[in-house]
Amino acid sequence: MFEYCADPRNLEGLTWLSCYLTTPKHASMYYSILTVLALLLTVVPPILFLGFAGALARRSKIAPIRWFGLGYTSIVRGVPDLVFFLFFPIALDQGVEYIRHKIKCSHVLEPVYQGNEFVVCQAAKMPLGASDQVYHEVWGFMLAVITFAIVFGAFTANTLHGALNAVPKGQLETARAFGMSERQTFWRVHMPQMWVYALPGLSNLWMILIKATPLLFLLGVKDIVYWARELGSMKTQVYAYAHADWRIWYFGALLVFYLFLTWISQRSFDRIFTHASRGMAVAS
Amino acid sequence: MKKLLLAAAVSALATGAAFADTVRMGTEGAYPPYNFINDKGEVDGFERELGDEICKRAALDCTWVINEWDSIIPNLVSGNYDTIIAGMSVTAERDEVIDFTNEYIPASPSGYVGLADSSVDASKGIIAAQTNTIQAGYVATSGATLVEFATADETIAAVKNGEADAVLADKDFLAPIVAESNGMLAFVSDDVAIGGGVAMGMRESDTELKAKMNAAIDAMKADGTLNTMLSKWFKENTPQW
Repeated sequence: MFEYCADPRNLEGLTWLSCYLTTPKHASMYYSILTVLALLLTVVPPILFLGFAGALARRSKIAPIRWFGLGYTSIVRGVPDLVFFLFFPIALDQGVEYIRHKIKCSHVLEPVYQGNEFVVCQAAKMPLGASDQVYHEVWGFMLAVITFAIVFGAFTANTLHGALNAVPKGQLETARAFGMSERQTFWRVHMPQMWVYALPGLSNLWMILIKATPLLFLLGVKDIVYWARELGSMKTQVYAYAHADWRIWYFGALLVFYLFLTWISQRSFDRIFTHASRGMAVAS
Repeated sequence: MKKLLLAAAVSALATGAAFADTVRMGTEGAYPPYNFINDKGEVDGFERELGDEICKRAALDCTWVINEWDSIIPNLVSGNYDTIIAGMSVTAERDEVIDFTNEYIPASPSGYVGLADSSVDASKGIIAAQTNTIQAGYVATSGATLVEFATADETIAAVKNGEADAVLADKDFLAPIVAESNGMLAFVSDDVAIGGGVAMGMRESDTELKAKMNAAIDAMKADGTLNTMLSKWFKENTPQW
């Protein structure tokens, strides 16, 4: 980055450090912070959507929808996260490629599953083998978003389901006594009061989501923990910037980063909670 | 704007189809000097130079992909990349699952490294090795207690902080680390010969690509370029072709 960095072996002290911390490899790590933040922001809308859909499905008067909602929340919550993260993106990825293979390469007669190999034609690859590494990472990122949304959507559904049940029946009966329709009762009384009961659970889920982001690496996206380990590991003279095992410093920086993120989150949740509990007698 | 971005993405994906011969080279990027990520953030090392030369000779368009060691075979088999070029020794167990090209590094010894002032009994002590390596398999049957780590770097750290008595790994990987440890580390036991040479891993169905790679590797052995590369990246006493 700086001009004096041309020959790092002749540098010392702070000059060396300033060059070291601005290598393109370090830039990748700084960039991966944005990846983590982007993931966190991208998954929230689908998580809330699936959460509401699941919670409402479980309250549905139509039995099959109710069973579906119950099945979704129970199964996804029951399967260990790691198993889900190993299995689901691979299944999704292969499913997409399998369908593309059937459409684009109907002339290929060899089976897709050959022994333990999964072989689709070049044109069916998702993304295509020739496309830039960026597209591979974007695709991995998308798989991650979908997987996170499904997993955390199930937990959110359960939290929201419980919160909807926790609103005192008297409130809803009073609303009806005032002549509100079912719909009006739900949107004007039930939902606004539900948040107070849901927020503690939702803030827990958010914290768990923050800590779950390193699972990104399982999906081929190089995240901040990967870079911390890679950059921190001992470097011999083969590298331009040789150093001893510095992982403790990198992981220390990670600690600060994650603590800062959770601290900010907790403060935001506190404010939202205060806002949601305005005029509520239950949560003072 | 959104449509424009989408159109750009679609066209980028579509134009890619013109170069059907792109080969994705999967490597670990954490095993210097075989393969590592240099300070520019690119794959570097003996296998980078070798792989690029092979691709040039075979007229292939190659891109490099990093994948952690532990899942490097499953991800090859499921088609995330087309070759493994990551210092992988040919073994019978691996050969059942994937295919190997001709070897590009002759069978070379593995060594035990421990603290310089310690005495280690390689058949009894606690020995660190990277998961799913031939060395880990060897330690498991040698009578010593095996502790496994996901990366080679962590095996060295385990020896330095006393968690393990010694580490067993390829000598070519250990030699620079011992040399630069300021006398802290040393080879503590006799070398052992495990497994065959190092070759590229391929899917068993990719016979055509394998033939191209083999032709390039054989040509490099014949004209001496491979030996030049071996002596450039490894110490002089590395076996040559």
